[in-house]
Amino acid sequence: MQDHPPIASSAAHEGQQHPISLYLKVWGLLFLLSAMSYLVDYMHVQGIVRWTLIVTFMLLKAGLIVSIFMHMAWERLSLIYAIMVPPLLLLVLVRIMTIEANYAFWTRAIFMGGGG
Amino acid sequence: MAQTILAQTSSDREVIAPALREIAADWSADQEVFRHTHWGKAMMWIFLLSDTFIFSCFLTGYMTVRSSAVLPWPNTAEVFALTIGGQDIPLILIAIMTFVLISSSGTMAMAVNFGYRRDRRKTAMLMLLTALFGATFVSMQAFEWTKLIFEEGVRPWSNPMGAPQFGATFFMITGFHGLHVTCGVILLLIIASKVARGHYDRTGDYSAVEIAGLYWHFVDLVWVFIFAFFYLW
Repeated sequence: MQDHPPIASSAAHEGQQHPISLYLKVWGLLFLLSAMSYLVDYMHVQGIVRWTLIVTFMLLKAGLIVSIFMHMAWERLSLIYAIMVPPLLLLVLVRIMTIEANYAFWTRAIFMGGGG
Repeated sequence: MAQTILAQTSSDREVIAPALREIAADWSADQEVFRHTHWGKAMMWIFLLSDTFIFSCFLTGYMTVRSSAVLPWPNTAEVFALTIGGQDIPLILIAIMTFVLISSSGTMAMAVNFGYRRDRRKTAMLMLLTALFGATFVSMQAFEWTKLIFEEGVRPWSNPMGAPQFGATFFMITGFHGLHVTCGVILLLIIASKVARGHYDRTGDYSAVEIAGLYWHFVDLVWVFIFAFFYLW
C-alpha cells in the first residue's frame, strides 16, 4: 500500500471540478425532457411521431446522464471507447430477434389459428 | 502508377503495422490504457458495461415477445393510471417515479462534486438525500406491484387485459431494476456513513463517492430506457 500513495490517484481527479450550476442545469434539462416524453403519452400522440419523439427524448436523457453526471465527457478516450463501443453489438442482437419475432408471430397467426 | 501504389502500400504497412502492434500492446496491458484512471472507477465502468448487456437482453427479450404476441398488448397508460381526486390520470405514478429517480441522480452528482472539494458534511447529507429518494422510488414500485397483483390480477403467465407475456416481462424488468435500486440504496448508506465518519479524509481519497455515484447514475440510466420502451411505447 505504501508504494501507491493515494495522492497519485486522486490527483488525476482534480480536473473533475465543475460548478454546481452545471449539475443543476442538467437536472433541469432532464426534468424537462421527462415531462415532454410524458406529455407525448398524455396528448395521445400516436404512430411514427410518437416513437420518434420517445426515442429522441430517451437518447437525449441518456446522453446527458452518461456525459455529464457520469463524467464520461471528461474521461480518457480509451475508457470512452472501451465502454461505449461494445454495446453497439447489441444492435445485431436486436436485428436477429426482430427477424425471430416476425417468424414466431406469423407462425402463430397462420398455423395456430391466430391463438396464443 | 503501379509503382506509386506499391510504394504507398508499403509505406502504409510500415506505419500501420507498428501502430496496430502498439495499440494491441497498450490494450493488453491495463496499466497503459487506463493509466491515471482510478482502478475502482475502471472496474465499476466494466461492471456497468456487463450490466448494460443484462438489461439489454431483458429489453430485447421484451421486444421479441411483444412483437410476436398475437393478443393485443395491454395499454400501459391505462394499466398504470391512478385515480386522483376522482380523475383517472394516465401513467402518473410512473411519471412521479421518474422525477424522483432523476432528482436522486441530481443530488448524487452534487454529492460527488462536494466529495472532490473534501466537504464531508455536504457530501454525506447529499448522499443520504439520494438514498432517501431511492428508497421512495422502491416504495412506490412496491405499491405499483401490489396494485397490479391484487387489484388488476396481473400474473407472470396471464392477465385480464391481453397478451399473457405482459406480466412476465413487467415483473422481470422492473423487478431486476428495483433490485438494483435497493442495492444502490444500501451501497449509498454504507459510503455515506464512511464519509460522515471521516474515513476518506484519513485516506485522502474520495473516489469511493464517485464510484458509488457511477452505479447510481447507471440505475437512473436504465430507468430512462425502461420508461421509454416499456411504459411509453
